[in-house]
Amino acid sequence: MNALEIEGLEKVYANGTRALHGIDLVVESGDFFALLGPNGAGKSTTIGIISSLVRKTAGTIRVFGHDLTRQWFEARLSLGIVPQEINFSQFETGLEIVVNQAGYYGLRRRLAMERAEKYLGLLGLWERRNDPSRTLSGGYKRRLMIARALMHEPRLLILDEPTAGVDVELRRSMWTFLQDINRGGTTIVLTTHYLEEAESLCRHLAIIDEGRIIERTSIKKLLATLPTETFVLDLDATLDTLPDLPHYALRLRDPSTLEVEMTRGQDMNDLFVRLTQSNVRIRSMRNKSNRLEELFLRLVNRNPELTNDNGQA
Amino acid sequence: MDRREVLLVAFATIVRKEVTRFVRIWPQTILPPAVSMTLYFVIFGNLIGARVGQMGGFSYIDFIAPGLIMMSVMNNAYANVVSSFFGAKFQHHIEEMLVAPMPNWVILAGYVTGGVLRGLAVGIVVTVIAMFFTQLRVSSAAAVAGILMLTTVLFSLGGLVNAIYAKKFDDISIIPTFVLTPLIYLGGVFYSIDLLPRLWRAVSYANPIVYMVDTFRFGLLGAAHVHVGTAFAVVSLFVLALGAYALWLLENGTGIKS
Ligand SMILES: Nc1ncnc2c1ncn2[C@@H]1O[C@H](COP(=O)(O)OP(=O)(O)O)[C@@H](O)[C@H]1O
Ligand SMILES: [Mg+2]
Repeated sequence: MNALEIEGLEKVYANGTRALHGIDLVVESGDFFALLGPNGAGKSTTIGIISSLVRKTAGTIRVFGHDLTRQWFEARLSLGIVPQEINFSQFETGLEIVVNQAGYYGLRRRLAMERAEKYLGLLGLWERRNDPSRTLSGGYKRRLMIARALMHEPRLLILDEPTAGVDVELRRSMWTFLQDINRGGTTIVLTTHYLEEAESLCRHLAIIDEGRIIERTSIKKLLATLPTETFVLDLDATLDTLPDLPHYALRLRDPSTLEVEMTRGQDMNDLFVRLTQSNVRIRSMRNKSNRLEELFLRLVNRNPELTNDNGQA
Repeated sequence: MDRREVLLVAFATIVRKEVTRFVRIWPQTILPPAVSMTLYFVIFGNLIGARVGQMGGFSYIDFIAPGLIMMSVMNNAYANVVSSFFGAKFQHHIEEMLVAPMPNWVILAGYVTGGVLRGLAVGIVVTVIAMFFTQLRVSSAAAVAGILMLTTVLFSLGGLVNAIYAKKFDDISIIPTFVLTPLIYLGGVFYSIDLLPRLWRAVSYANPIVYMVDTFRFGLLGAAHVHVGTAFAVVSLFVLALGAYALWLLENGTGIKS
């Protein structure tokens, strides 16, 4: 059973902007799926159409087999949406917001209160349930939107850039939370322009650019296709000249930082042995950039603002 | 889940939220009409009314009391829906309802019920105030209940349509100021349309508010200009037409969906 099937989805906005040029996408039930792409690629437009907030120009969408237009009742019942922008009343409290949302999905008051306690609790919001939502910080507001989307326990949870503008610590805890939800059986689709996010969380992904899906694969396969990978080595002492290691592409970024580009098949152990022989001691090592990022650059063959980790869509 | 139960709970949730909203901000919703109606009764009813003498066969204060009650009911039903629905659009929490498995007619019914309840709540407050100034009686409870129902529904629908089209806060005060207030003032709240020259009397009958005010006055005082049956037919027609239009706008996503 597929959680989400999108066929030939097109969107032309009233001002003439062609945001989607015929998107086809399938997300299997139980998957943790990333829709990845730079700002303006059409991620929010796609999610807006799935959420019934944006009118599609053409195409069909099915949620667990239910056509979103003709069987909207069943389709919407199985959908939970966390939008990109804050969209709850600034005058209501967190508790009112989630309990009302549950009511819109037909949950009676008592059940809604139980769920509120559960999900506000899980997201660390229970203590602040009676605060007007406008007094919550940005991170809390995002978590409130996640709690709200879970109140009716949807089988498919869609999040539009859930961690944009969220600090690192909170981002990690949101990741853990989403992984737990996914392990519990909920299919998750998230959009992101943080490539690291897709790499750490998701099993499958699609890359969207200028309203078209340009790649649809599993994270594993995608990473395996990468020809090279660059590592950054922090050195114990400073170096003036590069050590002479013929088979390795080395570069001295600064006197205490070495970069090495490894091709597939090259051996880390061998590299370390040779560096040790040359009296270069390594204190720590990390990936230079996200590998997906390198891949993305190859795929779209241009230089988008993707590498900017602070970018806001 | 059973579909009917979902829709029923969803409807009740909107109504509850709407009532909570206008009760929470009562200094903005209930208090102002109470203050202004007290002034109307003191100034027009007592001070000026004493010099006016009889109007339409009743003392002036008895004559205007039903009109003033109706005026606050109309204004408040309209104001509730226009500001609440526009607020929901403006802060985007209308999206909470649009993603949910709830058809547009439930959204419409929920907001209209909220407007009706605010109109009636204010109507009760103003009626209590009126009782300090004059003796109110009810000559036809059916006419009173029926016309209150239709009027509050009609004005709630008007507020909804206004909110759907509104793009900024100014847009939700233009219609009340330039359309509703003149129509209400010219709708026979303060004078009997018998006093008008023939031409203006005829023009007045094109104003639907004349039918509502007159029928409500009939329900209380027992005397009417317009035929009560005609009045109900006219107002019902307006309700149906505006209701269908509002629903069509929602289905279309006008002013809500891009
Ligand atoms: N309401 C709108 N009216 C007109 N154009 C829009 C609207 N919303 C988005 N767009 C345009 O559609 C394209 C896709 O935008 P969006 O779906 O928000 O991208 P993303 O979420 O991937 O950053 C962009 O060119 C954007 O400017
Ligand atoms: Mg976006």
